[in-house]
Amino acid sequence: MPGKTRNNISQNEPLLFEISHPGKRAYQLPELDVPLVDPGEALGAGNARQEIADFPEVSEIEAIRHFTRLSTWNYAIDLGLFPLGSCTMKYNPRINELVARTEGLAWAHPYQPEALAQGAMQVMTNLEAALAEITGMDAVTLEPAAGAHGELTGVLLIRALLETRGNPRKKVIIPDSAHGTNPATAAMAGYEVENLKSNAKGMMDLEALSRVADENTAALMITNPNTIGIFEEEIVKVCQLMHSRGGLVYMDGANMNALVGIARPGDFGIDVMHLNLHKTFSTPHGGGGPGSGAVAVKKHLEPFLPVPRLKRTGEGLSFDYDRPQSIGKVRAYYGNFGVLIRALAYILAHGGPGLKQATLDALLNANYIRKGLEPFFDLPFKSPSMHECVFSDSRQARRGVKTMDIAKRLIDYGFHPYTVAFPLVVQGAMMIEPTETESRQELDLFIEAMSAIAKEIEEDPQFVLKAPHHTRTSRVDEVMAARRPVLRWRRQAPVSIAAD
Amino acid sequence: MLAAIGLESQDQLYAHLPKDVLLGRPLDLAPGVSEYEITAYFRELASRCAPGYASFLGAGVYAHYRPVLCDVVVSRGEFLTSYTPYQPEMAQGTLAAIFEFQTMVCQLTGMDVANASMYDGSTATPEVALMAARITKREKVLIARSVHPEYRTVLRTYSRYEGITIEEIAYDPATGQMDLADLDAKLDSDTAAVILQSPNFFGVLENWKQAAALAHGKGALLGYLFTEAVSLGIVDPPVDADIVAGELQSFAHPPSFGGPFAGIIATREKYMRQIPGRLAGQTVDSNGNRAFCLTLSTREQHIRREKATSNICTNQALIALMATVFMTVYGREGLRELAIQNLSKARYLANGLERRFSGSFFNEFVAKTGSSSPEKVNESLLENKIIGGLPLRRFYPELADCVLLCATEMIRREHMDRVHQAFQL
Amino acid sequence: MYPDHYRYTKEHEWVSLEGAIGTVGITFHAQKELGDIVYVDLPKSGAVVEKGKPFGSVESVKAVSDIYSPVSGEIVEVNQALIQSPEKLNEDPHGAAWLVKIRLSAQAETNNLLTSSDYQAYIGE
Repeated sequence: MPGKTRNNISQNEPLLFEISHPGKRAYQLPELDVPLVDPGEALGAGNARQEIADFPEVSEIEAIRHFTRLSTWNYAIDLGLFPLGSCTMKYNPRINELVARTEGLAWAHPYQPEALAQGAMQVMTNLEAALAEITGMDAVTLEPAAGAHGELTGVLLIRALLETRGNPRKKVIIPDSAHGTNPATAAMAGYEVENLKSNAKGMMDLEALSRVADENTAALMITNPNTIGIFEEEIVKVCQLMHSRGGLVYMDGANMNALVGIARPGDFGIDVMHLNLHKTFSTPHGGGGPGSGAVAVKKHLEPFLPVPRLKRTGEGLSFDYDRPQSIGKVRAYYGNFGVLIRALAYILAHGGPGLKQATLDALLNANYIRKGLEPFFDLPFKSPSMHECVFSDSRQARRGVKTMDIAKRLIDYGFHPYTVAFPLVVQGAMMIEPTETESRQELDLFIEAMSAIAKEIEEDPQFVLKAPHHTRTSRVDEVMAARRPVLRWRRQAPVSIAAD
Repeated sequence: MLAAIGLESQDQLYAHLPKDVLLGRPLDLAPGVSEYEITAYFRELASRCAPGYASFLGAGVYAHYRPVLCDVVVSRGEFLTSYTPYQPEMAQGTLAAIFEFQTMVCQLTGMDVANASMYDGSTATPEVALMAARITKREKVLIARSVHPEYRTVLRTYSRYEGITIEEIAYDPATGQMDLADLDAKLDSDTAAVILQSPNFFGVLENWKQAAALAHGKGALLGYLFTEAVSLGIVDPPVDADIVAGELQSFAHPPSFGGPFAGIIATREKYMRQIPGRLAGQTVDSNGNRAFCLTLSTREQHIRREKATSNICTNQALIALMATVFMTVYGREGLRELAIQNLSKARYLANGLERRFSGSFFNEFVAKTGSSSPEKVNESLLENKIIGGLPLRRFYPELADCVLLCATEMIRREHMDRVHQAFQL
Repeated sequence: MYPDHYRYTKEHEWVSLEGAIGTVGITFHAQKELGDIVYVDLPKSGAVVEKGKPFGSVESVKAVSDIYSPVSGEIVEVNQALIQSPEKLNEDPHGAAWLVKIRLSAQAETNNLLTSSDYQAYIGE
């Protein structure tokens, strides 16, 4: 096997409840400096709980060992390339972690008197300004907690604007290459979804759009570059068409890593978009969140933004709740503030020139991988790739090996899989986005691994089908997990499960 | 590398873009700066946020001591920089931790199944309403006015286009609890759910048992919210509720100007398939070893698309992990002791003041400022580097002379004595 | 494989008629496309169904498929065994793993359903 992996011992570790022992403790509270109050007396006997049944009790070293051993079972950016398409798994700078914990910011309460919150409000207003410049939009809200949350906010804004024009309209057009959150979001905002097939080049079909975009169409939701990693070359015409029919254009900003410093959505006609701060702006994925889905809008949508808005008064920054056309709030308080600090730190560290260079490096890395893999895998769409490339498993599928199998074998080579079977417009998709923070060495290891797998599929497809072979767990039975869901530990464990 | 792909300059990487979309100028942002400068930049901003002040603010966001292990564990790169565990063979650490998290949330709330977290308590609230509407196939939701005002605003924003009508239930001006008579009057056969919060925004414990009986009597579900997770250390778990949702910030993250936090939703076994968000399940691998994976994904957006239970994609995994570590460090006895300390501190504080409501409370309560005023009291406290309670006028104009005070284990006796003095001025 | 006395739909359901009762299921082709079935969502007895409209769904790990009723009428029996053991749909989709029995409200509707050979031609086998 090529040089990224070698055997290693992986430690077993039971669940907390299985190592728990009565009387063990990892905490110590200070002595109480006020009289002790008995809960039964204070709350009434029927309202106080007797105990938290089966809650774990472990010592501090057991706690640390538990979580440390668990952590060794994970792959992470810190261990190597994470080629997931449209996820932008770039390096998570540790300076971000440090500054997010700065005491005054980490402990600021959202309801602190404004005079004592100016520093925190300054973080927000600085980030808003930077994101507006990057996207070419007029105003930014930092309130949404994640990409899908930002999408919902964006569609609600569109709806609010159309309502003031007298008709919210009925449907949202979504290309068949879109991320699943797009149609789910449209439905939550009370719209029907109309799917639009991409054209032969994998791009938006302007003629088809022209046929379906009518006076019942509220908006088009697009991703640009799209999920095939290709820039929508007719985007200006697409936006003009939608506007001429009285509709708006929402852009899913998941692929913004391809555009920062090169092109701005506001300049090519987008009305509203969300950004994934945990993608383009380096905040950590943390195993599945938290993210932040900042939403940027053009002027005509600004009155509808969630409250509060930051404004400057004589005394400094202030929160303005007097916004009669606002859609309300999409979450309590102001946003995932700790994530906002990290995103701002990233922008400060790179600066204007650095951000553009990062984009160019991202494009370079993606195209380098594309070139390296082209001899081995089918490339269904030949337009130039931007920050990601999408291959198809069609060559390998003829030998009975599909994209998921190749992905599982890739794990043995020390890499996390690419995005499997998405977008749906590609048969057996393999969606790869390296990001700019990968070195040539890491990319070469990846290309070597993929080409080795392609060779294995020719010579011994069965071996690939049974992958992964070297992980702690072999292929996990997801069918059983869905047929017989076990979603929590209980004192009597099912007899058939072998313990760790 | 450019040569390897047949290019001569990096500008060729985007030369294929239409000319009319290119920015054509540098971004109007200052050049990049060093680590040292970034640290100094944020330190200066932080210095303007009253660092080190004692604070009596609660109102849905609480200042609790965080065991050092919380940050130590989440700072491990394998947790911090890992991805959503869609490929279970590479993410057993994250999945096992989520499974433990789900279990502990059930143990605390008395429910059968919990998800891997929501964005926060405020966004979990509309999910409760939507879930109840799906289950009962009814369209009306009743929510107590004693629920956090911003949570109610978020509920209204979400439900506007979901075909759900929201009606508020008054609070009893004497006890501060939801007015059960008003609830009874508004409950009917079109009510999908009754949603209350306990302890409620005023810090008062709600009579959820009676509310549940009333709701169930009309075929509606009971949704129980909480914003102060520490309360679950000593209050009776809401076993009569159908859906429990709330905020775990107290276990996980410092106040951080409002985020990132971690919400939860938990429910009964029979509603398992209606719960939104990610779920980690136990299974085996092909060798029969225990393994974990995300499951019941067909509820979710990436498969169900427009028919999904919700559009939510992320869970707040890292924050949920912080909460898991917190709950582990304190454990069965520690959470109880922590809750008792909070209860004791707040009772000491309340004993020197005039409470507005007679209802039983945990670590927060509403105090009348009497001949003084919320502004005067808070001003005098600030001179002593203490941030006082939340003046309630902004959310409840009828309580303009009151403040909402919270005392956690981080508050010292001398702070509380100062508060007593400030109220007497 | 595809019984001659059954009728089929383009959405891959089959119906078997005995007097006024139609037994409905999904075809072998459908379960093969879906992969391992993990869950079946069916309505209760007494529910009214309409020809061409969805009345439930079948789930695999990675996909959900609506079940469209081939006939109109009232559901008189639901195959409870499938709730416990959805995998039966993979094992015996044309026999033991029927989904529901429907009392037809209109006999004539069955005419524009596909025959066994039409259906096999449709799925290209």
